[in-house]
Amino acid sequence: MLRFTLKRLGWALLTLWMVITLTFVLMHSIPGNPFAKEGKMPPGVFENLMRYYHLDEPLYVQYGLYLKSLLQFDFGPSIKSSTLTVNDYIREGFPVSLHLGLQALIIGVTLGIIFGVFAALYHNRYPDYLSMVLAIIGLSVPNFILATVFINYVAVEWGLLPPAQWGTWKHTILPSLALAAMPMAFTARLMRSSMLEVLSQDYVKTAKAKGIAKSMVILKHTIRNAILPIVTVLGVIATNLVTGSFVIEHIFGIPGMGEMFVKGIFNRDYPVILGSTVFYSAVLIFLTFVIDVLYTWIDPRIKVTGGE
Amino acid sequence: MKKSISVLLSLSLAGLLALTGCSGDTGSNTAQNNNGGQTATNGGSTDSSSSGPKILRVNNSSEPGSLHPAKAQGTHESWPLRHLFVGLTEVVEGNKIEPAMAEKWDISPDGKTYTFHLRDGIKWSNGDPVTAADFEFAWKYALNPNTASDYAYQLYYIEGAEAYNTSKEKDPAKLKALEDKVGVKALDDKTLQVKLTNPTAYFLELAGFYTYFPVNKKVQEQNPNWANDASTFVSNGPFKLTEWKHKEGLKMVKNENYFDKDKIKIDEIDWAMIEDENTAWQMYRSGDLDLAYPLPTDVIGQLKSSNSPELHIDPEYATYFYRFNTTKKPFNNVKVRKALAMAIDRQAIVDNVTQAGQKPAYGLVALGSVDENGNEFHQTDYFKEDVAQAKQLLAEGLKEEGLTSMPKFKILYNTLDAHKKIAEAIQSMWRDNLGIECELENAEFQVKIDREHKLDYDISRAGWIGDFMDPMTFMDMFTSLSTQNDTGWKNKEYDALVEKAKQSNDQKVRMQAMRDAEKLFMDEMPVMPIYFYTKPYAVKPYVKGVYALATEYPTLKYADIQK
Repeated sequence: MLRFTLKRLGWALLTLWMVITLTFVLMHSIPGNPFAKEGKMPPGVFENLMRYYHLDEPLYVQYGLYLKSLLQFDFGPSIKSSTLTVNDYIREGFPVSLHLGLQALIIGVTLGIIFGVFAALYHNRYPDYLSMVLAIIGLSVPNFILATVFINYVAVEWGLLPPAQWGTWKHTILPSLALAAMPMAFTARLMRSSMLEVLSQDYVKTAKAKGIAKSMVILKHTIRNAILPIVTVLGVIATNLVTGSFVIEHIFGIPGMGEMFVKGIFNRDYPVILGSTVFYSAVLIFLTFVIDVLYTWIDPRIKVTGGE
Repeated sequence: MKKSISVLLSLSLAGLLALTGCSGDTGSNTAQNNNGGQTATNGGSTDSSSSGPKILRVNNSSEPGSLHPAKAQGTHESWPLRHLFVGLTEVVEGNKIEPAMAEKWDISPDGKTYTFHLRDGIKWSNGDPVTAADFEFAWKYALNPNTASDYAYQLYYIEGAEAYNTSKEKDPAKLKALEDKVGVKALDDKTLQVKLTNPTAYFLELAGFYTYFPVNKKVQEQNPNWANDASTFVSNGPFKLTEWKHKEGLKMVKNENYFDKDKIKIDEIDWAMIEDENTAWQMYRSGDLDLAYPLPTDVIGQLKSSNSPELHIDPEYATYFYRFNTTKKPFNNVKVRKALAMAIDRQAIVDNVTQAGQKPAYGLVALGSVDENGNEFHQTDYFKEDVAQAKQLLAEGLKEEGLTSMPKFKILYNTLDAHKKIAEAIQSMWRDNLGIECELENAEFQVKIDREHKLDYDISRAGWIGDFMDPMTFMDMFTSLSTQNDTGWKNKEYDALVEKAKQSNDQKVRMQAMRDAEKLFMDEMPVMPIYFYTKPYAVKPYVKGVYALATEYPTLKYADIQK
């Protein structure tokens, strides 16, 4: 296990370095600069700004400076804000996105599994159709539409919940639901097909033949085996959710870090682009590792050290 | 089958219950962490009794990049800043310039030296006296090249300012020498002398602009980061900052040290930071905001057609126009440019597409500035829409360029639905009226700007909101040396007229030079004006006294809440 962890850590660092380098090259190769605007920008002012943020240095020097500060866990300043650094953005935004994402993840995956299981158990009957219609809606209706519908009816017309902003648990309900729709639908479909496959396996038939209670067969023998594909995709779903959704955070005015990515690129705020990419990759790598460990726990046939 | 459905329903209900319980738990943690901030917002609708504090709730749309006057970059900064600080002068309703920190001023006969006399007893929010040295310090701080201020160029009217700001001097002593040459000097605590390079007729208006706000020298020298946090924030305006929750909101309460505090009726302004216009509008509907600006286009249309008393449409000193790339065939030909400009129906665009009472534009300078006699500067339409003449001009122009038909071309716009709709309308008008085809091309804002600078486009959309209420803010965009020109059009005569207007201290000479320049410009038509903007915003009926200047977001300082 220790050897596995160390090896994975090495690969993780290598992957991160490649992500940094690629992002650095890509972001400097797109047109535009952080100070572009429709208004006046006298060359003298522009040069002052470029010098202030070390953007007048050759690219390899900037690259070196960035790697150096990254080793000290310093993501640098945000060019669009002279009050917040990229570290501030992550420190203040990530807990918010994490909170929202976890809530959406729990709602989405739990409901998705429940719907998927029922759809499979009642294959080609009404509960199946109902679940799958819900799943299709969840997959095909974009979450910004759901969000606007929620705001308009639940918040404004019926006055049940606050329309936007962040603060109390009431503020979290609508964005969590809007964010949960997609993973719910996705999980439900995946769970259904996986369940159907497992239900036709010999060992399930054997268990039934042995007279084990139906609920036990489903819980111990079917769901446990059928859930593996869900665990596989969980890493990606979770990373997407906990690092924040630009659209949902934008619509609900939530101070998370979802907008960092999109606005960073839009503003050509180079440190923000790099910082959010590095952070996102690190979270993804970490979660993938956690999932791999989870595998061995759910399915003892898989050994993390197996390949050696 | 019925049984199975009920099992499913009951199970999913049980699941939902478990989940709501769960989110309740996590929620209570946040409630503890964020205690204070949001409760007021929720309570806003309940404390409608007139006895409570008067809190005005507005949306700043975005986190301000900085609330230091020297580091502000745009409206997200300037809107709150204008309520935290006040300059030597202040522009109030009707574009009148009133004394603010300065009680009175003297202007030398050549119009180049301004001597401001500060009021007695003016104080910062921390109790320190506001002195002339604070102004001198603030302006020089903004001009220091190491501060890297975006808006430093707003101070270039001052003698020696541009030389100091653009200096690449690394030697501190030499840089200091340049700083000392900047023409702003505190003669004593109460007197500020400003020397300008040219007589600048609108300097008194500029003296109220946010780059000209003072900074408390003592505070800045003790803590350079004072502006980053509400607890160390010191200002001299009608309100003082009490809370700044990043990307969530700002709170400012009435500043008891403000010299004119009797005119301030509200106790507090709460600023949300909702980026989405539609969400902000929904918050206005649900009563979580008292003022909504900017508004989504379809909402403006709805409010306008229902004659809602909550909709205010104030003028905006701004022009929406299309740039021609005059270095590219056939747009190098003035007849072709004119033909295109004459073949669209601007009234139809403002009535059906933009829908906010905009005015068709037949000139560059927007409505709202006044001439030497105090009348509207924009007196003449420089061209008329005329399809027959446009067809003829197009045919002549193409022939002069040796072309038999109009080559295919593209309208470039930055990705935004409103720009797309306007471009589509113009595309179909050109097709119907001139029988020519063009394509629409959207690009990300940054890419559009980059391509304009490189003259890599045919026709490109643009808009310009004046920095100050003088035609010069439009005129100096298109001089040969301007970095904002981006049309490839250069004209020595035009440059000379603009320079003449800049040098002159005589309003009559200035205005005539700018009229001549605008006429020349429109005869050459390097850009095609489309409409003059308006500023539509919604205010709740119980909020009184909000007005908007033509170059600024709505002014809230004189507002009152009467529920």
